[in-house]
Amino acid sequence: MSTLQVQHDVEQFLYRQAGLLDAKQWQAWIDLFAPDGVYWMPPDASYETWEGQPAIFAEDKNLMTVRMGRVQHPDAWSQRPLWGTSHVVSNVTIDKVAKNGDVAVRSRFHMLELRRDDVRHFAGQYTHQLKKAKSGYRIRLQRVDMTNAQAAYDYVLQVWV
Amino acid sequence: MAMPQLKERTMDYVKMVEPDRVRRQVYTDEAIFAAEMARIHEQVWIYVGHESQVPRSGDYYTTRIGRQPMILVRGSDGKVNVLYNRCPHRGTMICGDMKGNTGDQFRCSYHAWTFHHDGSLKSIPMMESGYRDTRVARDNPDCSVKRAARVQSYRGFVFASLAGDGPTLKEFLGPAIVAFDDMCDRAPDGEVEIVPNCFRVIQRSNWKLFMENQLDALHPSVTHQSTGRAAHEVEKRLAKQAKKGEVPLSYHMLSAFATVTIDKWDGFQTINYPFGHSVLTGYMGLRPQDPDTRAYDKIMIKRYGKKRFEEIVGVNIHHVLVYPGLSVQSPLQQLRAVRPIGVDRTLTEIWHFRLKGAPEAIYRRSLAYYNLVNSPATMINADDLENFWKCHQGLSSDGGDWVSFHRHYGRDIVKGEVVESGPNMGTSEAPMRNQMKAWVQYMGGSGG
Repeated sequence: MSTLQVQHDVEQFLYRQAGLLDAKQWQAWIDLFAPDGVYWMPPDASYETWEGQPAIFAEDKNLMTVRMGRVQHPDAWSQRPLWGTSHVVSNVTIDKVAKNGDVAVRSRFHMLELRRDDVRHFAGQYTHQLKKAKSGYRIRLQRVDMTNAQAAYDYVLQVWV
Repeated sequence: MAMPQLKERTMDYVKMVEPDRVRRQVYTDEAIFAAEMARIHEQVWIYVGHESQVPRSGDYYTTRIGRQPMILVRGSDGKVNVLYNRCPHRGTMICGDMKGNTGDQFRCSYHAWTFHHDGSLKSIPMMESGYRDTRVARDNPDCSVKRAARVQSYRGFVFASLAGDGPTLKEFLGPAIVAFDDMCDRAPDGEVEIVPNCFRVIQRSNWKLFMENQLDALHPSVTHQSTGRAAHEVEKRLAKQAKKGEVPLSYHMLSAFATVTIDKWDGFQTINYPFGHSVLTGYMGLRPQDPDTRAYDKIMIKRYGKKRFEEIVGVNIHHVLVYPGLSVQSPLQQLRAVRPIGVDRTLTEIWHFRLKGAPEAIYRRSLAYYNLVNSPATMINADDLENFWKCHQGLSSDGGDWVSFHRHYGRDIVKGEVVESGPNMGTSEAPMRNQMKAWVQYMGGSGG
């Protein structure tokens, strides 16, 4: 496969990932992950592993399912107010393409969140370990290094960034 | 017009609280907030940090006591100091960041006055040529960084009081000292070590709403229903797939919020102490019989002997609340320190600890709770914070004058200075009444 084709496919995958979050298509988003896939947001860029250390998010598919079940529950009070997000993903830089087609890729994101009448802005770097699947890719690891990860949170993050 | 007399104002505060209800302004009035900071937070013992946060000479952390920006710093003599974060020259903050190492001195970024770790003046540029025959002199205490009036540690937990007089830290903590004993005793080495860094979350409400929520044993099954149910569904599925007992404890930590129903919560108990402190007796199955726990038990028995070990792990508490600004979950080695920012804004610093000498798996258990319940992506506190905001909005309205603390009122068991919730009345609002009793004592001037 040509380098350009890989770049195109990976970009489309990353856009789709962000688009599913914005569309609140939680199950479809979780389905993007490989069975052993992990979503990880470290508190600090110096962290090298999600295991055994504090994490803002460190979720396998089971925990993702808990989070999905929670936000969809009719009594998730904090989900009642109007809220939505808009992601922009860019600067897609492919670090490595393995022989079997697996890809290591970095990108940048900006996310604006509206909740009730308040706007918050989060931005940072995605690092994806993508596993080549029959059709497209599956996420082995989605690492989210948020530039404002260490700032005091005015309210909290309810879903994945 | 004459200035309002201090006595009149004092009377006003006291009148705002009745044994079973509180005026809404106590939560929303800017002047009351300022008075609370001056009379409570900037007087009593406030948790500043843990000694292991600043292991090396020159290590520092910045935080707040009431409205005062403070520095916790390890001195070259090994002592831990608590200083006002303010240069005596022109008032510049000395440390502008949250943490770091200042080397062998503090140096003000404005005019290079330097200070020792204990705040005492080290040098002033142009001391001779610029300050001859002025008040600025080496022996003038006004030229040093002001220190917290009193600093005391208990088992590594550093507290400071900005008042020169008052009870000692131990007298202040009273039976609530169990928070630190329970946490440290669970470590085979008898000590805990902090895990950097803390999570910091802001709630848009008065600080008291946080303190009142902590031991409100009725709210979990209502507020946290959604997460509890969702976790329980996944827990059940995993239990079917796995061999018995292999579902990670973290699912139980979450599902307990829903599976422990309101009637069960009444089966627990709160014990309420002087100065507004309280304890909620435990509810979680923290003594499972998995291999990790058994390995830990073995180490503990070897260290302490069977009898003492049983005493230690038998301590049955879930939360200890140290009024006005600390919530400790000793069996899970976490704490939340409350830092009021304004009448309607409150920061919590959320920390967790390692039990020194315990197997890694025991730390992972504490970590799971820290990440799931206390991180900025918490599936639990998200709904608490929403309630706090809604409470503060409602209390700011003219829709009513009072906050009600009547649940199981009149049925508490009074044992001298200690008030226990009655049998099968664990959801009693006794902790809130106890906090407001302390509040009145502080605000009326008769508190410690």
